[in-house]
Amino acid sequence: MSNAVSALNGKVAAGDVTVAEMGLQGMISLRGSFDAEDFVATITHLVGVDFPDVRQIVSNGERSVAWMSPDELLILCPYDQAVSLTAQIAEALAEQHFLVANVSDARALFSVTGPFAAEVLAKVAPVDFSASAFAVGEVRRTRLAQVAGAVWKEQDGSLRVVCFRSVAHYTFDLLATSAKAGPVGVL
Amino acid sequence: MSTRLQNAGRLIDRSKPVEFSFNGKRLRGYQGDTLASALLANDQMMIGRSFKYHRPRGVVASGAEEPNGLVNMGQGGYFEPNQRVTTQEVFDGLTATSQNHWPSLEFDIGAVNQLFARFLPAGFYYKMFIHPRPFWKHVYEPFIRQSAGLGKVPQERDADTYEHFYHFCDVLVVGGGIAGLAAALKAAKSGKSVTLIEQTADWGGRAVVDGVQIDGQSAADWVAATLATLGKMANVTIRSRTMAAGVYDHGYVLAYERLTDHISDKSGVRHRLWRIRAGHVVAATGAIERPLSFAGNDIPGVLLAAAVRDYVVNFGVSVGDRTVVVTNNDDAYRTALALKEAGLAVPAIIDVRPSGAGPIGQVAERAGIRVLKGKAIAKVKGKTRVTGVQVCLQAGEGSVLEEIACDCVAMSGGWSPVVHLWSHCGGKLTWDDDQAMFRPDAARGPTGADGKVFVTAVGSANGHLGTAAILRDAGLDATTNEVAEAAIEPVWMMPQGAGPKLRMKAWLDYQNDVKVSDVQLAAREGYESVEHTKRYTTLGMATDQGKLSNINGLAILSQALDAPIPAVGTTTFRPPYTPISMGAIGGAARDAIFQPLRRTPMHDLHEANGVDWEPVGHWRRGYAYPRAGEKVHDAVNREILNVRENVGLLDASTLGKIIVKGPDAGRFLDMLYTNLMSTLPVGKCRYGLMCTENGFLSDDGVVVRLADDTWLCHTTTGGADRIHGWMEDWLQTEWYDWQVYTANVTEQYAQVVVAGPKARQLLQSFGGDLDLSKDAFPFMTYVEGKLGEFDARIYRISFSGELSYEVAVPASQGAAFWQALLANGQAFGVMPYGTEAMHIMRAEKGFIMIGDETDGTVIPQDLNLGWAISKKKADYLGKRAQERSHMTDPKRWKLVGLETLDGSVIPDGSHAPAAGTNANGQRNTQGRVTSTYYSPTLKRGIAMALVLNGLDRMGQEIEFQNDKGGLIKARIVDPVFYDKDGAKQNV
Amino acid sequence: MLTLHCPYCGIQADETELAAGGEAHLKRYGPGSSDDEFETYLFMRENKKGVHLERWRHAYGCGKWFLAARDTATLEVYGTYAAQTSEPPVEVKAAIRAKHPGWTWKEQA
Repeated sequence: MSNAVSALNGKVAAGDVTVAEMGLQGMISLRGSFDAEDFVATITHLVGVDFPDVRQIVSNGERSVAWMSPDELLILCPYDQAVSLTAQIAEALAEQHFLVANVSDARALFSVTGPFAAEVLAKVAPVDFSASAFAVGEVRRTRLAQVAGAVWKEQDGSLRVVCFRSVAHYTFDLLATSAKAGPVGVL
Repeated sequence: MSTRLQNAGRLIDRSKPVEFSFNGKRLRGYQGDTLASALLANDQMMIGRSFKYHRPRGVVASGAEEPNGLVNMGQGGYFEPNQRVTTQEVFDGLTATSQNHWPSLEFDIGAVNQLFARFLPAGFYYKMFIHPRPFWKHVYEPFIRQSAGLGKVPQERDADTYEHFYHFCDVLVVGGGIAGLAAALKAAKSGKSVTLIEQTADWGGRAVVDGVQIDGQSAADWVAATLATLGKMANVTIRSRTMAAGVYDHGYVLAYERLTDHISDKSGVRHRLWRIRAGHVVAATGAIERPLSFAGNDIPGVLLAAAVRDYVVNFGVSVGDRTVVVTNNDDAYRTALALKEAGLAVPAIIDVRPSGAGPIGQVAERAGIRVLKGKAIAKVKGKTRVTGVQVCLQAGEGSVLEEIACDCVAMSGGWSPVVHLWSHCGGKLTWDDDQAMFRPDAARGPTGADGKVFVTAVGSANGHLGTAAILRDAGLDATTNEVAEAAIEPVWMMPQGAGPKLRMKAWLDYQNDVKVSDVQLAAREGYESVEHTKRYTTLGMATDQGKLSNINGLAILSQALDAPIPAVGTTTFRPPYTPISMGAIGGAARDAIFQPLRRTPMHDLHEANGVDWEPVGHWRRGYAYPRAGEKVHDAVNREILNVRENVGLLDASTLGKIIVKGPDAGRFLDMLYTNLMSTLPVGKCRYGLMCTENGFLSDDGVVVRLADDTWLCHTTTGGADRIHGWMEDWLQTEWYDWQVYTANVTEQYAQVVVAGPKARQLLQSFGGDLDLSKDAFPFMTYVEGKLGEFDARIYRISFSGELSYEVAVPASQGAAFWQALLANGQAFGVMPYGTEAMHIMRAEKGFIMIGDETDGTVIPQDLNLGWAISKKKADYLGKRAQERSHMTDPKRWKLVGLETLDGSVIPDGSHAPAAGTNANGQRNTQGRVTSTYYSPTLKRGIAMALVLNGLDRMGQEIEFQNDKGGLIKARIVDPVFYDKDGAKQNV
Repeated sequence: MLTLHCPYCGIQADETELAAGGEAHLKRYGPGSSDDEFETYLFMRENKKGVHLERWRHAYGCGKWFLAARDTATLEVYGTYAAQTSEPPVEVKAAIRAKHPGWTWKEQA
C-alpha cells in the first residue's frame, strides 16, 4: 500500500548508540490456547518459525514469533504479508477458540544499536539487562519510563523495542536522550 | 589563622592548582581539595551565618555531616543553593557565595537577633505568632519569609541534565572504607554480583587518615591493593562519588552519583540516580564524630577533632596555629599528634576523664603536649574566630581555672555509627552503654520479601571502632598495630553543672540554632517524646537532619526527663541520607519526555493546519482549527455551521476500539453492557452503556457485530485502556471459564468522522468497490472494502445529528487518507472540525457525554437512558446496584434541556437554588448544569442539566446561578434541541 | 517499593510494572441478593495489619491478574498464585501459617 507510512517514517538518531525507527513492520497479535489440539503445529507450520517457550522470541528469516503471555503471541512478518497471514491463521484455526488481529499499524518498532545499547534501555526500564539475566532470544514486556513496551536482544547484541504507535515520538525521544547521555559503564 | 602547610595533604595534587571564587574573591586551591579545605587554606574561616540568630559560622566537620558550611554554588543555569563545602570538590572556575546574611557576610543586620536570643527560645514561633489570627498571614509570615530561609531560589532554568539507571546486584556494599572493601571482597570471592559505592572521591575512610597498619602494610597500601583486586573481578561494579540515599522495601536502594559536580566541564549528565535492586545490602557507612556541648562551641574555629585531623592529613591545611583538643575519648589524641607532627602547636588536650587516656596519652605527653585530666571547657572566647578557651573542672559548674590562648578547638564527644541505611526500612537500634552509642540490633534488622533480614551493618556502622574489630566484623581476620584504648566517658554537657548562662551558649543543632537550653525548656514544658521535642525545638530538622545533633540532643532530653537514653529513643531516620537534587529525582523526564504525548496518525497535519490543541488524557485532540486571525470561539461556530450545511472532518482515532471474540462473547457483552448485545445482527451497530458494579455510568460507545462470534466495542477516548482492563479483569478473575478473548486495537486504525449533508458525496468521490447509497448502506450498519485506494471499514453512525460516517483505515494510511479527504472535499466545502464543535453538536442533539453528564454518581436512569437498559436480562454489571432504594428514588434528579429566556449561556456547573437550607446550613439546590454552550445552529444558549422532578416540569421556568452572584431564568425543555425526528441523519 | 513474582510469565516484577487491584477472593453478588450480601460484596473490605490476600495485575508485562499473600506490616510475601482460585494454594497457606500460626481468612479455614 503506497499510502502507508510508519509512525516515524524511519527516523534515526545516530550516535555511539544509534536509535532508529524501523519503518513498517508486520505484527499480528494472536490469542488462543497453546494447549489446544494442533494449535502449536498450525502456527509453526503457517508462520514457519518454531514455537517459542515462555518469554522467548524465535526467528526464522524475516519472521519471528514472540511469547507475550500464556495465551498470546506476537507474530512478526514483513508488513505486506500481515493481512494475508492474519487471514490464513484465522482460517486455519477456524475450529478453535482464538483471536487474531493485524496490529501492524498500531505499533512502532525501534532498533537500539551500539556498544552500550543495553544501558540505554536500563536507564528507562526496571529490568536487569545484564548479559547473564537478559539473553538473546528473551522478550521482556515492561515499562519504558512512562509507557508500555517490549524489548528483545538480537544475535548481534542490538536491541529491538516495540511500543504503541501513538507514543512512538515519546519512545524515540526517550531512547535517543538516553543514548545521547552516554554510557554508564556497567553492562 | 588557617593556612596551607608546606607538606602533607594526601588527597591534593600540588602540581595542579585551580582558581575559584568565593564572594567574588579569587582564591587558589589544588585539585583534590574540597571547597572547605580550599577556603581554610585561604584563611576563609567564616563561611555563613546561622539560620535563626545569624551567628557567624565556619566549617565544623570534613564530610557529609557538615551543618554550617552551606553555600550558593554556580551561576545562572548552574546555580544551586545549600551546597556543602565539605563535600564539594574544587575545580577551576568554581564560583560560590555565602548565604543567609544581609548585606554582607562580615556585617549582617540579622545578627541583631542574637541580642534577643533569650527572647527567641524553643517554640518561640508557635507561641508568639499564634494570635491575633490575621496577623499571621499579613504581618508575621511575610516578615519571617524575608528573614528566614537558607540560600536563594535558582532563577533560571536548570542547564544540567540528569538520568536514572536501573541496576541489579546480589550484594550492594555501601561505603568505601576498610569495612566496605573487606565486605565487598568477601562477597565477590563467593561469586556473587557485587556493587560497591562510596560517597566521596576517596577510598579507605578513616583508616588511611590515621595511618593504621593492616597485616604489616599501611592502610593506604592495603586499600589500594584491595581496590585493585576488586577492580579486576568481572562480578564487581565500583563507583565513587555515589551516595546511597535511601534503603526501601524489598531491597530497593536509591544511590546518587555525582558526575560533573567536581569538574569544570558541565556538558555531561550531572547526577545519575541509581535505582538499585539488591539481594542484600551491606551498610559499611562508618561513624560520625559527635560535638561536645560547651558554651561557644559554635564559634568559627571550633571543629570536630577528626575533621581537624582530616584537613591536615588529607589536604595539608591547618585550621589554626594553636589547637586545643577537648575530648572524652582516646581518638582525639590522634588529632593532637597529627598536628604536632605537622609542626603545629597543641597547647593542651583537655580530657574530661580523671584518669585520662590509654597508652596514647603517654605518647602525647612524651610529644610534649600538656594533658589536663578531669577538665573541661567552660567557655570558648572569640566572636568571629576562636581566640582562646577557659578551662574548668568537668565535675563543677564552670569556675574558670585558667585561660588558654588558641585559634582552634578540636572537640570529640565520641562516635555515632551511621545507622541510617539500617534504619530506613525498619532496622532497630540498641543502646551500647560502654561505647555510649546507638548501634544496629542484629536481631531486629529490616526484613525483605522473603521475611529475612536484608541489611547488614558492618564495621564502625555496626559499632566497631577499632581497625581489627572492623575488619573482623566485615569478615576478614587481620593483624593491626593498634594499641588498647581507655573507655569513653559519656559527656552530654560541659561542664556537668553548667548554669543557664553557659547552657544558652552551648549549641546542639548548629544549622537551626538549637541549644541545650532549648531542649531543656521543651522538657520543662512537657515535651516527653523525642519526636515532639524535635518538632518543637526544630532540633535535627535542618538540611543536615541532625547528623551531629541528634544523639547529643536526646541525651540532654533524657537527662531533663530523668529517663535513660534508650527509653527516650531516637527520632526516625528517613531518606535521603544527605539531600539529593530535584534534577536527579526527575531524571531525564523533562521537555519532550516529561510525559508521553499520544499522537494520532494525523497529528502533524493538524499541527500544520494551525490546530488549537486540547489535552485528552495523554492525547492531544484538535479543539478547533482557527484560521489566521480567527478567534477560537469563532472557529468553533464556523466549523459547526459547516457541518450542518456542507461536510466536516473530525479525527476520531483516539476512540477506543476493542475486539471481543469467542463462543461466550455475546453472553459476556450482555453482562458488560446494560443493553443486549448478543442479539445484535452481524453487520449492525448499537449504542451501548457500561456501568460499574456501583451502578454508575462508566463508559459508552457504539458496538459493532463483525461476525457471529466477534464484536467490536468502541469506547470513549479516555476509556480505551480502562475498559479493556475492565473486560480482562472480569474475564480473568470472575468468568474465567467463559471462552472470550479481547484485543485492544485502538491504535491500529485512524478513524475519521465525515459528517454533514455532503458527507456521502465526499466519500463517493473516492470511488472504490463500496455502495454507499442510502438503501445499500443504512443508518447503524457498517461496510468494509476499498474506498478509493484506502482499506476502509465505514460505520454509518452519527454523534452530530447529520448524515455521518466514521471511516476507519489502517493507522499507517491515516495521514494520506486525511489529506485525500481534504483534497477531495474541496468541491464540497469540507473543513476539519474539532472536539468543541463535536461537543456542541452532540448537545444540540441531546446526546450525553461521559464526563459531562456523568461524574461517577449518575446512573443511566438519571439520564433517561432507560431505553438502553435491557429489561430482559437477569443480570448485568451494575444491575443489582441500580435496584438499591437510593437509586430508584423518584427524587433523583433527571436530565433535561434548558433554554435561557434571554438567550444567554448559563455558566458551566451552575446550580439551581431551592428554598431553605440543608443540615449543614447550606442553601438547598434543585439542579445543576452538566453541559452548557452557545449553539450557533440555534443562535442561543442551550444547556443540559440534572433537575429535581425535571421530567415533570417541562415548559416550566427555573433559575440558575450566573457567575456574577445573580440568577438566570431558563425554561425546562426536551434536551433534543435540533432535528428531533432525525430527518437530517437518516438521509 | 515491592517486587512480586508473576506466576504467569515468571518475572519478578517491579511494583511500577504492576497495578494493584484490592482484596482478593471476593464473592460477587448480583440481582436477587440481599442488601447485606450486596453491601458486603461492594464495600466491606479487610484492612489488616498482617496477612492480606490481594489482587495484582502484571499491567506492564503479560497483562494477567494474579493474587498475592502479603504481610501489610512487614511486606513479607508468602506467595503469589493464579487468580482463578477461590482460596490460596496449600503451599501459600503453609507459608503464611509458618509465620502466623492459626491464621484464617474470612470463611476460609
